[in-house]
Amino acid sequence: MKKFRAFVKKEFYHITRDWRTLIILLGMPIIQIMLFGFAITNEIKDAKIAILDLARDEHSTVLIDKILANDYFKLEAYLTHSREIEPVFRKGKVKEVIIFEPGFGARLEKEHSANIQIIADASDPNTATMLLNYTQAIIGNYQAEQNELQHLPFSIGIHSEMFYNNELKGVYLFVPGLIAIILMLVSAMMTSISITKEKELGTMEILLATPMKPAVIIIAKVIPYLILSFINAVIILLLGFFVFHVPVHGSLLLLLLEMILFILTVLSLGIFISTATSSQQVALMASLMGLMLPTILLSGFLFPVENMPLPLQLISNMVPAKWFIIIIKGIMLKGVGLAIVWKETLILVGFMAFFILLSVKKFKPRLA
Amino acid sequence: MISIRGIGKSYGKIQALKDINIEVNAGEIFGLIGPDGAGKTTLIRILTTLLLPDTGSAQVMNLDVVKDFKLLRRDFGYMPGRFSLYEDLTVEENLELFASIFGTTISENYHLIEDIYKQIEPFKTRSAGKLSGGMKQKLALSCVMIHKPGVIFLDEPTTGVDPVSRREFWQMLHKLKQHGITIFVTTPYMDEASQCDRIALIQNGQLMSIDTPNAIVEQYKDDLYAIITDKRHGLLQDLRRYESAKSVFLFGSHIHYTDKQTQLDKPALNTYLQAHGHSQIEIRKIPPVIEDCFLALMGDLKEDAHA
Amino acid sequence: MPDNSIVVDRLSKKFGEFTAVNEISFETKKGEIFGFLGANGAGKSTAMKMLCGLLTPTSGKATVAGYDIASQSERVKRRIGYMSQKFSLYQDLTAIENIRFYAGIYGMADKDIKQQSDRLMQRLNLVDYANVKIEALPLGWKQKLAFSVAVFHRPEIVFLDEPTGGVDPVTRRDFWEMITQTAAEGTTIFVTTHYMDEAEYCDRISIMVDGKIEALGTPEQLKTNFAVSTIDEVFICLARPDANKTN
Repeated sequence: MKKFRAFVKKEFYHITRDWRTLIILLGMPIIQIMLFGFAITNEIKDAKIAILDLARDEHSTVLIDKILANDYFKLEAYLTHSREIEPVFRKGKVKEVIIFEPGFGARLEKEHSANIQIIADASDPNTATMLLNYTQAIIGNYQAEQNELQHLPFSIGIHSEMFYNNELKGVYLFVPGLIAIILMLVSAMMTSISITKEKELGTMEILLATPMKPAVIIIAKVIPYLILSFINAVIILLLGFFVFHVPVHGSLLLLLLEMILFILTVLSLGIFISTATSSQQVALMASLMGLMLPTILLSGFLFPVENMPLPLQLISNMVPAKWFIIIIKGIMLKGVGLAIVWKETLILVGFMAFFILLSVKKFKPRLA
Repeated sequence: MISIRGIGKSYGKIQALKDINIEVNAGEIFGLIGPDGAGKTTLIRILTTLLLPDTGSAQVMNLDVVKDFKLLRRDFGYMPGRFSLYEDLTVEENLELFASIFGTTISENYHLIEDIYKQIEPFKTRSAGKLSGGMKQKLALSCVMIHKPGVIFLDEPTTGVDPVSRREFWQMLHKLKQHGITIFVTTPYMDEASQCDRIALIQNGQLMSIDTPNAIVEQYKDDLYAIITDKRHGLLQDLRRYESAKSVFLFGSHIHYTDKQTQLDKPALNTYLQAHGHSQIEIRKIPPVIEDCFLALMGDLKEDAHA
Repeated sequence: MPDNSIVVDRLSKKFGEFTAVNEISFETKKGEIFGFLGANGAGKSTAMKMLCGLLTPTSGKATVAGYDIASQSERVKRRIGYMSQKFSLYQDLTAIENIRFYAGIYGMADKDIKQQSDRLMQRLNLVDYANVKIEALPLGWKQKLAFSVAVFHRPEIVFLDEPTGGVDPVTRRDFWEMITQTAAEGTTIFVTTHYMDEAEYCDRISIMVDGKIEALGTPEQLKTNFAVSTIDEVFICLARPDANKTN
C-alpha cells in the first residue's frame, strides 16, 4: 500500500510539474463551454420572418402588429399562399414563418379557440428555438390581454414545426456532448500518452525490473487522471448550470456515478491504446483519430445518429460516448432514472470490462 | 552468483546471442566488453528478467531468470543504458520513489549510498533533468543501490560520459565492491577492462574470451609493434600493402602492426617504408592492450566463419 | 595563404550576455587533421557553425578556403563538406539515392555523379546493397557512407561535428582510418569530439573550455606540456584543476 501511495504521488508530481499541460487540461473545458455556449446563445435581433395571414381580420392584424413591434423580428415577406413557404425558406430569406388559419379571428370570437402555425428553419437549431420561444411568448401575452376582457377565455393553439432538422437539438444539448468529449480527451488520451511516455523514456524498463506489479503501476497511473477528469466534468456541469442555465432534472448522484463509469471506461480504453503502442506520437494519433473523431462525429453530439446511413449507425454503436450521451441527456434533460438508462449503463460496463481484459492480456511483464 | 548456461536469443533472422556461458563469482566486478550491437544489452536484459532467452538457462543468486522472475526482481539492481529516471522529479523524490518501490526507506540503507549520494545531496531539490551527466549517473547509481541489492547490472554506464565523470564512476564501483556487492557491467570502452576483475569479450553475439584482463593480454600470440613515421597519413595504406603484414591497425598517432613471420625482419620493413617515401621511421615492440586482443580475436572469429 | 585552409583571428560570438565563443585564434594547414576538442557546451558547435557560414560572428575575423566567413559565406559553403552525427543521411533512401541527392545539391554534373558514385559504392563494398534503405545498414557502414557523402564533391575542408557519437570503438577505428586516408589526399579535416582518446588520431588539437581555447598543439606536445600520458588527463587538468589531486 505504501508503494502504491508513493506511486500515485509520483504521478501527481508529473501532472503538476508540467503546468502548461495542466492549464490546458483544466482550461480547455472552460474555454470550450464558453465558445459553444456563447456561439449558440447570441442575442437575437431583427430576425427576418414571413407571415402568411389567411384570415386577414382584426385579431390577426393586431397580433401581427404586436409581433413586429419589437426588435426581435423584421418582416421580410408577406405571403399569400402556403405554396410560397417552402421557397422562401429555401432561399434562406427568412428564419421563421407565422401562419394564421383562415377565419382566425372569427373562430376565436365564436369558439374561443383558434390556431397559429409557426414554422422555423432549424438548420440553425438554436436560433430556431429562440425565435419560437419569443413568438410563443408574444402570442401568450396577447392571449392573456384578451382574456382579461372576455368572460370565456380564448385559447390560441400554436403548432410549431421545425424545418430541416426534425429532432431539434437545442441549446442545452452541447453540454452532455462536451462532457463526453472532454472526458475522452483527458482520460483516454492523457493516460495512453503518460504510459507510452514511460516506455519511451525507458523508465518502464526500470519499473519492470522491480517488484512492482504491472497492474499496480497502471492503476496508480490512472488515478490522477480519474480525479482530473472528474474535476473537469464537474466544472462543465457547474458552468452549464450557472452560466447557461442548463438544468439537471434527474438525480445528481446518479449523474456523477455515470460520469465516473464513463471515465473508467475511457481510461481502460486509454490503457489499451498504450499497451498496443510504444511511442507517445503513435498514442496521440491513435487517441485523436481513433477516439476523438468518432466521438465527435458518431456519438450524436453534432449529427443525430438516426439520420446517418445504416453502416454508420452500426459503427456508432461501438462508440462508448454515444451511450454515455444518451445516459446523461436522459438524466439531465429528461430527468429519467436508472430504470430507463440501465441498458446503456450495462453497455458501458461491458466496454470497460472488455478493454480491461484486453489490456491485461496484452500487457507483458517483460520487454517485447 | 550469476551462472549463464547456453543462452541463445534471436530477433527474427538475426541471432543476437549464441550459446553464451558465463559464471560470475560473488563480489567481483565482471565486465562484458564489446562494440555496439554485439549483444551486450540483450544479455543484460535476459539476466534482469526483462527478456526471455530462446535457449539455455540462467540463474542469478540461485533464482532462475525465467521461472522465479517475480522473486528475483526484489533482489537485484538494474541501471539501463539510457538515463532512465524521472527528469521532472527532484533528486530526492526519485530516490524516495525507488526506496518505496522496494519497501524500504532512504535512511535504512543510507550507509550504502552515502559516498555517492552525499556528492549530489546539495542539489536534492533540483529536478533530475537539470543535473549534469556525471551527477545523473550518481543519482542513478544511488537509486539502483537503495534497496541493498546483492547484485547490480549496469548497462554501458560510462557511454557518452566525460573522462572525469568516467573515472569517478569507476571509483564508485570499486567502493561498492568493498560492500560485497557483485557488479555486472557492460562497456564498449576497451580501456575500461583493467577496472574489472574479470572480463568477457563479446562480438556478434558470440563470446570470444573470458578471463582476467591480464590473462587475456598474456594470451596474445604475436609480437606487436608500434610504428610511426613522418608521413603519418600514408603509413596505414603502405603497411597494409606490405607483403609480410598480418594485421595493421590505426591506434591514435601510431600503427599497431603484427607480422606473418614469427621474427620480424626490421631492416626489410625499414627499406620498404623508405622506398615509399617515409623517413624518421620508428619501429618499437610494445606489449598489447585489450583492444589489440579484441581485434585479434575478432580476426580469428572471421577466419572461423570462413573456414 | 596557400598553406592555411582555415585562419581564425580573435573570433567571438555572444548570445545576449552569454559569450559562447571568446576570442579564439588558430590556423589549420592544408591536409591536416585538426581536432577541435571540448566538453559538451564548451562552445565547439557555435565556433564550427560560424566557420561553416551558418552563424555570423559578433567580432573577429576568419577565412575558410580563402573566403571571409562573414561576407562570403556562400562561397565558403561551396568549398566545404559537412557531416554531423544528428543529420547526415536520409534513412528511408538507399545509399546511392543519398549520394546522388547530396551531389546534386553541390551542382555536380550528372555524368560525374554517375561515375563517381559507382566507384564509391565499390570502394565501400556497398554494391550488393545498392537497393537497401540506409536504415537497414549497420551503424558503422552508415557512418562511413555519411563521411563519403560529405567529401563526395571534393571539398577543400570537411567539417565533422561529433561524427563518432554513439559509435563503438571498433567502428570508430575504421572510421578514423577513412579520415586519415582522406587527409592523405589533401583535404583538411576539422573534427569536433568530446571523446578525448580520439585526439590521438589528430595531427593537432585544440581544447576548448568555457568558450576559450585553453590548449593548442600536437597531442605529443600537450601531453609533454602537462606532464601526463593521455589527452584524457590533459583535459582533466584543464577542466578540473583539482580533480587530479583527489585521485
